Amino acid sequence: MLPGLTCDVAAGSVTGLLGPSGSGKSTLMRAVVGVQRVAGGSVEVLGHSAGAPALRTQLGYMTQAPSVYGDLTVRENLTFFARVVAQSTTTVDRVLAEVSLQEHADQLVASLSGGEKARASLAAALLGEPQLLVLDEPTVGLDPVLRRDLWKLFHRLAAQGATLLVSSHVMDEADRCDALLLLREGRLLAQATPSELRAQTGENDLDAAFLRLVEAAR
Amino acid sequence: MSLSVTLAVARRVLGQLRHDPRTLALALVVPCMLELILQQLFGRNSPVFQQVGTPLLGLFPFVTMFLVTSITMLRERTSGTLERLMTMPLHKVDLLAGYGIAFALLAVVQATLVSVLAFGFLGLEVDGPKWLVVGLAVANAVLGSTLGLFVSAFAQTEFQAVQFMPAVVFPQILLCGLFVAREEMATWLRVVSAFLPLTYAYDALARTADDQLDARFAFDVMVVGACIVLAISLGAATLRRRTD
Repeated sequence: MLPGLTCDVAAGSVTGLLGPSGSGKSTLMRAVVGVQRVAGGSVEVLGHSAGAPALRTQLGYMTQAPSVYGDLTVRENLTFFARVVAQSTTTVDRVLAEVSLQEHADQLVASLSGGEKARASLAAALLGEPQLLVLDEPTVGLDPVLRRDLWKLFHRLAAQGATLLVSSHVMDEADRCDALLLLREGRLLAQATPSELRAQTGENDLDAAFLRLVEAAR
Repeated sequence: MSLSVTLAVARRVLGQLRHDPRTLALALVVPCMLELILQQLFGRNSPVFQQVGTPLLGLFPFVTMFLVTSITMLRERTSGTLERLMTMPLHKVDLLAGYGIAFALLAVVQATLVSVLAFGFLGLEVDGPKWLVVGLAVANAVLGSTLGLFVSAFAQTEFQAVQFMPAVVFPQILLCGLFVAREEMATWLRVVSAFLPLTYAYDALARTADDQLDARFAFDVMVVGACIVLAISLGAATLRRRTD
């Protein structure tokens, strides 16, 4: 799936994983959290090999499809996942506030909008105060205000020492990241900060910079 | 393994059922309705009702829980919640045991309700202890649950999962000895039935009805228990942390 891909993600930072859909973002994220069957190569996460049991208490993972139970309320979902990661139910209120879902706490997940479901799924990933957060398109379909708030949250978590790997297929989110991994067709086009990318390509617009890299790779 | 995680899973599954009163009502009302139809069809004192009533009561939870578990587990596999759980500190056995506990509790309610109706109002008689019929029904529910969990690995859609019910359950009901005594079956069918768990579940119920709690009864119960353990290990093997 991802031939010859080598990259590093710095601890305590927000790294954006960008590329069009089908570029291998989700596959790479699944490999990092240890649920992807890999043909070869090694993935090291926080000093362990990916998927090691020791990592399961230090990891928060949000899949692309909202992985919460539609037939339970938001609070019931979070209470369940909190019990699995051995957190008290006060944590549930904390994460509900972090994703601004307090008003919808007692609503069935199935009755929520797409963006609200995604936030419920994100809240579940935040429960254990994880060292590493792997978030697959967490801001898709959200209004700009919520998007801004979530990116603030991501940076606050990084400032507290967490490492975040966040995927997106919209380039305007790239500017919000400390570092970028640009993927296309399973290959890593670039690993750089947004400003390095601008300097490298001579483009101010990150979308245009991405196009430059694609052309250069041909 | 963790008891608190197991109980968390059980509570979650029961919570899902609570939000689905229609499924709950169907699971509780349908077996009562069938028991009533059987009694009305053949008559209160007919040998058919007296012979079939108890096995029906004891085997029904097997069918219900097989269906409910296979669909719930399939949803868990396709919605991504299983993938999330696999990145969390949860042992596969916690998940399986949690499901087992939740559906065993539902089976207790189901079997108790049908027993009260059948023994209290429909005139069904058993020579052995009635609580044992309920106990066996619960064991059969757990067996159905674990088998449903296992086959859910082979279904990609809910349509397929539903089709596993006639494929896995019907042959067992036909061959368990309820319709034709096993001694009267063609040899090859008798051999096949010896490998089917429901054969032993039926025999245990029939012996309870006749108050023949002998060594053969103990053997039946042990086989059902062993099949539950086997189905749990097969089910655990289908829960992969890593998938394609």
